[in-house]
Amino acid sequence: MAGYRTPLGRARGLGSAKHGVGHFIGQRVSAAALVFLVLWGVWSAFFLARSGDYEVARSWLASPVNAALVVLTALAAFYHMRIGMAVIVEDYVHRPATKAVLLIANLFVCYGGAALTVVCLLKVAFGGGVS
Amino acid sequence: MAEVSPGARARPLSPHLQVWRWHATMAASILHRVTGVALYGGALVLAGWALALASGPGAYGQYVGLLASIPGKIVLFAVTVSVFFHMANGVRHLFWDAGKGFDLRTADLTAWIAFAFGLVAALAVWAIAALHGAF
Repeated sequence: MAGYRTPLGRARGLGSAKHGVGHFIGQRVSAAALVFLVLWGVWSAFFLARSGDYEVARSWLASPVNAALVVLTALAAFYHMRIGMAVIVEDYVHRPATKAVLLIANLFVCYGGAALTVVCLLKVAFGGGVS
Repeated sequence: MAEVSPGARARPLSPHLQVWRWHATMAASILHRVTGVALYGGALVLAGWALALASGPGAYGQYVGLLASIPGKIVLFAVTVSVFFHMANGVRHLFWDAGKGFDLRTADLTAWIAFAFGLVAALAVWAIAALHGAF
């Protein structure tokens, strides 16, 4: 086993950094959360699609429970898809420059989408909806 | 790396996608990625919905109208199938992470269950929605 380690690694003798599995664990924990959140989300989408009315959606989001759950759903989804898309890019794109650009673009889309979604939802939830 | 000596017999290449017989576990694995990418788009549809809602009744009405159009409905149905398949197959992955369900029979069976769940659950949700006048 020691034969595979770098001279510096052997000299330090610390083993792994102990945080290499962060994404692995995060992907699975967010997956478990999303099973429940998305089932609730499908149910909510069904409820909102029944009328398609602005006022129905606004008052639905005015409920703290709905607002909290939809914000959680958005955050867990954008976090989960950020990791998933990064894995796909790392699997299929091997040119370093292209890979870096795509990974950064993925971060921008996911953090940008999460920020936009949460701000919009909270604005309406806190009564700032245009009516 | 060992050099290939000149005149050596051509070594077999590792199998490519085209020479595999399609089987359920392979299709499920590929579809998990495909539906994951589709749901990436689905999350952006959700972001658009939140933006339309925060922009007022006019914008919201336009956005809902877009989603209710025929192309909008096709996209939403694809997202619904993707949600349920990706969810079922994701649960399958969580069991694998726990070291369970790896034998061929179970892996095959659960792949078919994931396909069926994706389609049946999506059709059920849309049928219930149609019965309740969501169209």
